[in-house]
Amino acid sequence: MTRNLLTLASALALLATPVAADTLKIGMITTLSGPGAGLGIDIRDGFALAVEHAGGKLGGQDTQVIEADDQQKPDVAVGLANRMVERDRVQVVTGVVWSNLALAMLPTLAGGQTFFISPNAGPSQLAGAQCNPYFFNAAYQNDQIHEAVGKHVQDEGFKKVYLMAPNYPAGKDGLAGFKRYYKGAVAGEVYTQVGQLDYAAELAQLKAAAPDAVYVFYPGGMGINFIKQYEQAGLKGAVPLFGPGFSFDQDILSAVGESALGVKNSAQWSPDLDNAANKTFVADFKAKYGRIPSMYAAQGYDTALLIDTAVKAVGGNLKDKDKLRAALASAKLQSLRGEVAFNTNHYPIHNIYLREVVKGVDGAVTNKTVATVFTNHADAYVKDCPMK
Amino acid sequence: MDALLLVEQGLNGLQLGVMLFLMAAGLTLVFGIMDLINLAHGTFYMVGAYLTAALVPVLDSFPLALAAAVLLTALLGLVVEAVALRTLYRRDHLDQVLATFGLILFFNELVKIVFGPIPIFLNPPAALAGTVDLFGLKYPAFRLAILAVGIAVAVFLWLLIARTRVGMLIRAGATNREMVMALGVDVRLLFGLVFALGCGLAGLAGAMAGPVLAVQVGMGEQILILTFVVIVIGGIGSIRGALAGALLVGMVDTMGRALLPAAFRLVMDAANASAAGAALASMAIYVLMAVVLAIKPKGLFPAH
Repeated sequence: MTRNLLTLASALALLATPVAADTLKIGMITTLSGPGAGLGIDIRDGFALAVEHAGGKLGGQDTQVIEADDQQKPDVAVGLANRMVERDRVQVVTGVVWSNLALAMLPTLAGGQTFFISPNAGPSQLAGAQCNPYFFNAAYQNDQIHEAVGKHVQDEGFKKVYLMAPNYPAGKDGLAGFKRYYKGAVAGEVYTQVGQLDYAAELAQLKAAAPDAVYVFYPGGMGINFIKQYEQAGLKGAVPLFGPGFSFDQDILSAVGESALGVKNSAQWSPDLDNAANKTFVADFKAKYGRIPSMYAAQGYDTALLIDTAVKAVGGNLKDKDKLRAALASAKLQSLRGEVAFNTNHYPIHNIYLREVVKGVDGAVTNKTVATVFTNHADAYVKDCPMK
Repeated sequence: MDALLLVEQGLNGLQLGVMLFLMAAGLTLVFGIMDLINLAHGTFYMVGAYLTAALVPVLDSFPLALAAAVLLTALLGLVVEAVALRTLYRRDHLDQVLATFGLILFFNELVKIVFGPIPIFLNPPAALAGTVDLFGLKYPAFRLAILAVGIAVAVFLWLLIARTRVGMLIRAGATNREMVMALGVDVRLLFGLVFALGCGLAGLAGAMAGPVLAVQVGMGEQILILTFVVIVIGGIGSIRGALAGALLVGMVDTMGRALLPAAFRLVMDAANASAAGAALASMAIYVLMAVVLAIKPKGLFPAH
């Protein structure tokens, strides 16, 4: 009711001042409750920090962010997408964490001619044959992060790697990406239930397969469960563990502590990346929220920067969808990870870094950049995308 | 698959079952004796885990922190029962579901405000962090501790219920509540004690699960569904049923995850076999529940 009144009030305010430019309305549909909430909350908080840094005006327009909790459920997310299009009439929807939710929401948003800018989920389907004029990704294509570790593991000379991931679109993308650059033998390829708690059965099988390295993609709480149980099973130190940044990012590291020390992982961003914008971001995020930002927080921030850049480029004209789309697609994004350009499928072309889990000077366990695996790396699906 | 691996998987199944039993025992007591559907049972599991994680650095001892967390969780249960649930006993189950669901939202938000949205740190005590050598099988020490605690709780509950006066009243309450009230037993006190006991057990389950699993907001709801499956299979209100149901579910779930992908690999390629096996393994316990209910609609050991 309050929200309705606010909407009414802002509508009246617009009527009263016809010369004022459009208010930029952004639907933040993300996971704010349940076990995946840590990721969604970091995206939301990173985004909010960018809006604050822009003085509440992304691209010079008054910005209103409407939050909604998708509970990590596809049906709820679709309902919220519908609400954002029909009732709140937002110009942009963002916030999505999970690839299966992004795939479910896109038809509603594209049908309602609403731009859908993903700050995280980058499923292969939307990068390839099902790429969409209304879908953008400000973060990465799922496979890219995994490809970097695949290359590293290949270069290090591992010959028999055991692979594990949850059984959902990003899990499949992840292991496909890893195997695109890792050419050795696969000791086992195991898909587990999304949200699985106990990995004892899988760890016993893993031990029996005697691999020379293990690669796991377990974001959020699944990662915490797995890393704790991997160490308790006596495998830490015995078999080297690798993963994408999602399995070893800040949300997980603060919960597993030193259990993950020394693990090499990959991401398009790291808290120690050396540029002025990133230093300001990390310091301000810590000051405002009292925790080290995760990659999800940085992605939320970058998504806001992308909207800011594009809205500036069209001079605040949010009515002309084609112009706004062109501005988003041609944006030279000055992001927290340097300049990022976008490919014809609306996914980023960017660097992917190798990171190592270390104990920082203040005693906090965090990631440190150790190498650049890919420079200006494009995803593998762009050739299947009909948009040119 | 060799024999040693099979033994290890059996142990894993047993351990998961015991973990579920700790949750299910409290839930089935509350459901069976008080006729209260308590969706917030998982909340006390979360509170137990968070309190243990918060108290370990303060008390510098895992067992002490665990004991304190269990007591505090039971105490919280007493307070919640007196403040929020006492008025609900005479209402129908839908009202109870709504009210206890409200409690879930309230406590999740409260924990998020106090501890923050990011999962917090809790590892096993140093003495139990490694593995134990069981006749050539390296098994995580902390999982053996979970097994031991679960067996101790099962024995304690059996003694309590079969050998004490309180236990007699609990059994009587589960069988015929009206008659117990008519005989002049202070049901309000009995219910308070039963609810606190249930919450203490949930807190203990949370404290023991914390070092193995992510200590995060919403952790209670993840295990609550499994717990309901367990008590429905076992028969509502029956501790014996909860034990049997928990061990059955733990074993079927673990063996399903261990054996099904391997079985599918005999007939299809590795990637598809793994995906199909994972999909079917996640359904296994629900199939088990359907089969049990088809044969025994009131569960394996009905209390009524």
